[in-house]
Amino acid sequence: MARTLPLRAALLSLSILVGFLLIWQVAVSGVGKTQAMDPEYAALMGQAATTGKSAMPGPLDVGATIWKHLKDPFYDRGPNDKGLGIQLAYSIGRVALGYLLAVIVAIPVGFLIGMSPLMGRALDPFIQLLKPVSPLAWMPLALYTIKDSGLSAIFVIFICSLWPMLINTAFGVSGTRKEWLNVARTLEVGPIRRAFTVILPAAAPTILTGMRISIGIAWLVIVAAEMLVGGTGIGYFVWNEWNNLSINNVIVSILVIGLVGMILDQLLARAQRLVTFPE
Amino acid sequence: MSILPFARREPAAEPAAKTAGTRPMSSEKFISIEGIARRYPAPGGKTSTVFEDMWLPMRRGEFVCMIGHSGCGKTTVLNILAGLEAPTEGVVIAAGEAIEGTSLDRAVIFQGHALLPWRTVLGNVTYAVSSRWRNAPKAEVEERARKAIRTVGLAGSEHKRPSELSGGMKQRVGIARALSIEPKILLMDEPFSALDALTRGTLQDEVRRICVETGQTVFMITHDVDESIYLADRIVLMTNGPMAKVAEIVENPLPKDRDRTQLHHAPGYYALRNHLIDFLVTRSKTLRDAMPAGYDQRNPPVVRPTLSEADAAAIAATDPVGRRA
Repeated sequence: MARTLPLRAALLSLSILVGFLLIWQVAVSGVGKTQAMDPEYAALMGQAATTGKSAMPGPLDVGATIWKHLKDPFYDRGPNDKGLGIQLAYSIGRVALGYLLAVIVAIPVGFLIGMSPLMGRALDPFIQLLKPVSPLAWMPLALYTIKDSGLSAIFVIFICSLWPMLINTAFGVSGTRKEWLNVARTLEVGPIRRAFTVILPAAAPTILTGMRISIGIAWLVIVAAEMLVGGTGIGYFVWNEWNNLSINNVIVSILVIGLVGMILDQLLARAQRLVTFPE
Repeated sequence: MSILPFARREPAAEPAAKTAGTRPMSSEKFISIEGIARRYPAPGGKTSTVFEDMWLPMRRGEFVCMIGHSGCGKTTVLNILAGLEAPTEGVVIAAGEAIEGTSLDRAVIFQGHALLPWRTVLGNVTYAVSSRWRNAPKAEVEERARKAIRTVGLAGSEHKRPSELSGGMKQRVGIARALSIEPKILLMDEPFSALDALTRGTLQDEVRRICVETGQTVFMITHDVDESIYLADRIVLMTNGPMAKVAEIVENPLPKDRDRTQLHHAPGYYALRNHLIDFLVTRSKTLRDAMPAGYDQRNPPVVRPTLSEADAAAIAATDPVGRRA
């Protein structure tokens, strides 16, 4: 019974998918000839008017579009027509940069807050005030000061990734068991070695939890940020295809955004498992 | 079955103790607790005193157990000896130097084993060894660690993680870690209290064997009377806290070579056990309220329980010839 559970779950997933695709296909397909009209007028009106076919693409159309993107993901025919792969690469690059900057700032500062109750209390009001601000609210300020839309997007990613990592690092560091710290003390381990050999491994699972939350938020925010700053990226691509009224490409983008988000999350989940120690 | 399983070579520290006699630091006072107090701020601007003006000497190579009820400051004394806490007043001299902070000369075996769970058995011990000998080559560090692991009987488990070990094995690793740095003083804070009775017995045997073999100076906190009788050379009795005092230091009359399974047949056992239990049951409280006349905190009375009727009966009941050796 237990061994077949994954199999049965997979079967159920598959049937839900097939059922969904079927309903989708049926829902958007035409109902046949709706009314007689002048052939020229009918050609002008398209299938939506002549056969009742929805303007919404069906799964087969989307499939064809995906195939088209897969065949040539990296083409570049000017600013308004780049391959999906290029757009994704831009977005992932921005997320990676902003996220790395946030790691570089959040983990040392989190350590400081976690180890020093004074710094913790002193910085707490700032963190509490800035943490709930929507990262997009920083965008105008970033555009004004940085004067570069691409860098502003990276800054927004930086700001939104910062807080979960900072708070989790501080929490993990301050929660290091006293007995482990006492072991280091009785062994006369210096502060630097103690930070790397006791506190960091002890706090690592909590820090990775924060990093995993951050990467999720960063990937959510990049789409919105790129819609605003424009030019390149998967967020811009979605908005541009909406302006092109290519619902096909919009749906493909949604799938791709979901897929990349899932992969990023799984990467962090794997890293988290690596540093988690059983007690 | 022999009751003298430990009749073997002399403790290793014996010659060292003799040469130490020529230096000002006498072997009588290898560790000397001198007038220490520990006070904590209490609500209402007052201070609560766990103990004050405590004096206690310990000899080199001696196994000292401290017994007392919860709240008498046993763990505080141990933490002060370890350097994890500072006394509010007074000073502790260990091996001729005043204790200021922690030291690799004083190893602690913690109540909860306090192993680093992300390190293997070997990793936990090498962590201590490489802290002791910072510039030692890797091979030497590992060899020392493996030796300590062998000593506690964990050879073969070097690459296991603490989570894969039983409670007794974890505490063995804790002991190996403490021994691996070759401390002058071993401090143990109720090291076996979290273990089941069988495991506790085995580990007591191991600790006794190791300490007798190496002549290790040990200070151990316990609330187990039998444990202290089996392990200790001298047992320090603490009155109840707050304002706890060292009521007396009991000399253990049992021979240095003792067998845990035959302990209750040894002459003097019942007298000692009754004395300790009487203390814990009644005197630890009555003595706190009123110390006998002539009690001097600087020189706590040293007591050696005499044979009781029960002892005499025990001796008579068994073969009296071999027991008196």
